[in-house]
Amino acid sequence: MPKYRLRINGSVRTVDSSDADKPLLYVLRGLGLTATKFGCGLGQCGACTVLVDGSAVQSCQTTVANARGKAITTLEGLGSAAKPHPIQTAFIDEQVPQCGYCTSGMIMSAAALLSQKRKPSEGDIRAALDVNLCRCGSHVRAVRAVMAVSGQRG
Amino acid sequence: MNAPVKTQRFSRRALLKGGALTVGFALTGLHKAASAQGAAAVPRVLDNKEVDAFLAVNGDGTVTVFCGKVDLGQGLRIAIPQIAAEELGIGIDKIKFVEGDTALTPNQGRTSGSNGIQRGGMQIRQAAATARKALIDLAAKRLNVAPDDLIANGGEVRPKAGGAGIRFTSLIGDRRFDLKLDPKAPLKDPASYTIVGKPLRRPDVASKCIGTATFVHDFRLPNMQHARVIRPPAIGATLISVDENSIKKFPGVKVVRIKDFLAVVGEDEWTTERAARTLRAQWSDWSGLPAQDRLADTMRADSGSTEQSLVTKGTLVAPQPRNAKKLAASYFWPMQSHGSIGPSCAVADVRADAATIWTASQGMHDNQVTYARFLGLPKDKVRLIYLEGSGCFGMNGHEDAAADAAILSRAVGRPVRVQWSRADEHGWDPKGPPQLLGITGVVGADGQILDWRTDMWIAQTTKGLLNIPLLGPQAAGLDNIVGLNTGLISQNGDPPYAADHIKVVVHWLKEAPLRPAPLRSPGKPANCFAVESFIDELAAAAGIDPIEFRLRSLKNPRGIELIKRVATMMKWQTRPSPGADTNAAVARGRGMSYVHYKHSETFVAMGMEVAVERASGKIKVERVVCAHDCGQIINPDGVRAQVEGSILQTLSRVLLEEVKFDRSRVLSVDWSSYPIMRFSDVPKLDIDLVDRPTEPPLGAGEAACAAVGAALANAVYDAAGVRLRTVPFTPERVKAELNSKAS
Ligand code: FES
Ligand code: FES
Repeated sequence: MPKYRLRINGSVRTVDSSDADKPLLYVLRGLGLTATKFGCGLGQCGACTVLVDGSAVQSCQTTVANARGKAITTLEGLGSAAKPHPIQTAFIDEQVPQCGYCTSGMIMSAAALLSQKRKPSEGDIRAALDVNLCRCGSHVRAVRAVMAVSGQRG
Repeated sequence: MNAPVKTQRFSRRALLKGGALTVGFALTGLHKAASAQGAAAVPRVLDNKEVDAFLAVNGDGTVTVFCGKVDLGQGLRIAIPQIAAEELGIGIDKIKFVEGDTALTPNQGRTSGSNGIQRGGMQIRQAAATARKALIDLAAKRLNVAPDDLIANGGEVRPKAGGAGIRFTSLIGDRRFDLKLDPKAPLKDPASYTIVGKPLRRPDVASKCIGTATFVHDFRLPNMQHARVIRPPAIGATLISVDENSIKKFPGVKVVRIKDFLAVVGEDEWTTERAARTLRAQWSDWSGLPAQDRLADTMRADSGSTEQSLVTKGTLVAPQPRNAKKLAASYFWPMQSHGSIGPSCAVADVRADAATIWTASQGMHDNQVTYARFLGLPKDKVRLIYLEGSGCFGMNGHEDAAADAAILSRAVGRPVRVQWSRADEHGWDPKGPPQLLGITGVVGADGQILDWRTDMWIAQTTKGLLNIPLLGPQAAGLDNIVGLNTGLISQNGDPPYAADHIKVVVHWLKEAPLRPAPLRSPGKPANCFAVESFIDELAAAAGIDPIEFRLRSLKNPRGIELIKRVATMMKWQTRPSPGADTNAAVARGRGMSYVHYKHSETFVAMGMEVAVERASGKIKVERVVCAHDCGQIINPDGVRAQVEGSILQTLSRVLLEEVKFDRSRVLSVDWSSYPIMRFSDVPKLDIDLVDRPTEPPLGAGEAACAAVGAALANAVYDAAGVRLRTVPFTPERVKAELNSKAS
């Protein structure tokens, strides 16, 4: 079976796949990195968002072959309970998630935005998170968390 | 948020020691799955009339709370421990929480109807109060003092006058209370509360932000297989043939066919998924759905409906004054999906003599009965264990996915995980049923409501139905329940205001176009949309300001206070609707609505500020103001999150959502054919929570939903002078109304 070397959360992982088009999402979840969620498999909901070379990418729309050699970061790699990423801390402080199914994708979108723009406007935040659907209505808190982490507390 | 207490990580490890037996039960991670499966259940007391069913004082000084209701993201995991800790007199950090496990937690009914706190929480409060009284009595005997001289606090009972106390654990640690819940056990004075009423953090939030939370989607068992169920292309189609050779190239994937139930099962998830997409099967034709474009007319004309008078109040005063105005209007709320972001998923391990099912369903104990029935097992041999899911807001596909997994696990003799696709979830989740309402009313020049009649055409819930008919058992020809379950959709059909005469009649329909199920705040968003829109229509006909109109005939002081708060927050200008500039290119306006949920629960007043863009017909909701009174607030941040969610989700439903179908199938099968609200359309929310510590706590997860439709429709009328009576308020629909007004 063809092997793919991937750089995930800072370590090199080799995965077998008979299908070069296997979505990165399935690769990650298969490795036990289940914070990244399956929501639609169609690029419509953002639940599967991860960072690929620092940009927010929908992992259901990226193949294992395309991910080869790139730096992939999932929510697990962003920070840990002991050392959370500031955006994770902000999401906790604002108590953003309800069911939390969308949260991982939202945090990854926000992390990508913050790495490009230190002080995004509220409009920037909404635009960056627009791909992330949430059924529970955690939007207001998510925006507040991104504002807070960039030092823009109202 | 200023949380006085740091986030606690309640682990799901419920270490309870009952008598000589010790049981470790853990579900925190994949590697622990096996121990969860293998754990022998301690002989728990499950009778929900017993204190021991809800509480156990452990030898290590902690207290385990066993809750039959589940946390779906609405915060029970902190609110229930707050109630228990407060009433018992122990620190919140000493509480362990076990939820939704038919082998460990008592049956407290479905987690539905916004009753988690209101009923579930109050049962636990009563259990804790009974336990506290028992602990005090035990201590009184030991100390040889009167119980009245003792107080329970900080996990011990001690003399009020001071002096050494006795720890709960030395009074009853690791032993049972053997006590019935005492409805007369004295409750603490809310004025003395130190835990209830605080915005403590929800314990699951951190793990969801760090990535360590285990959703049912993430749960794995050793030796488990992955499965996909293939639903027919038309809803009632039967399976004619399957070409198993068509998936030969996918190693390890097998077809399972039981009558019309078709699935593929394999070792690797992606390979199984591809096989499911590739499998060739032939299905019969079927086209039994009604025509969608005539749905409202079909419902109204249904000759099979039965009529029931729900409300008759007052007497009609005749003759009515000459200047009275008579109005009539119809309102329609379409079929909608639960729209869960994660398609349903479940894991089942079914053996010859027992079954364990991991599910995110809201109804553990109900499902136990239903699943035992189609599996042909005794009820107590079927164990359901709750795991987090994607917010479901009623019955989405969770119940079905769990049944699918159970059927397949039995068929293959191994644990099976079933994951639905996006199209499965949108196409096959049971739907919030359509609702048609007709209202006629007579209003006097002074704003007095002289006559009111509501007619509703809605599908009737079959009496005594514990669940909904499940897709898997139905297709496989297994024992399945028959009937409809829509939730309590006929409530709030009458206005909460004084009127000379009110009548509400329901025309019960025997069928719904697609399989119905309760969807958040069942029926009330539609009924309150109609009632509170019509109130506005009456106010406009009488030329009276909408708030003024309501206050003239509203008697309930809690309701009056909320409406006044909304008026203040919005700097409401008293004038009749519509406003002056309804023809502006971007017309701006404000509207409001008021709801007394189920006429006996939470109070909500809601105001909205909107902009209606004439050229596109697009409604931009700029601000939502909500005053909310759910009695005693257990956790204000939890309530606030629920109200935020209720508003945003229902705005999405009102602005965008309608399940489209043709004569054979659902056509809204993804997020582009069934769009929901996105970040760019989220308005500013101003929420004012009124806490009434001495009143009973009421639900906070639904009531605000009911106020959304009318507040929005009334604001649009105020802005643009058009009355929207059909949901969703899509730009096309708004434009059509604007054009017909102009011509
Ligand atoms: S799962 Fe990838 S965008 Fe929805
Ligand atoms: S928190 Fe439930 S979907 Fe966003």
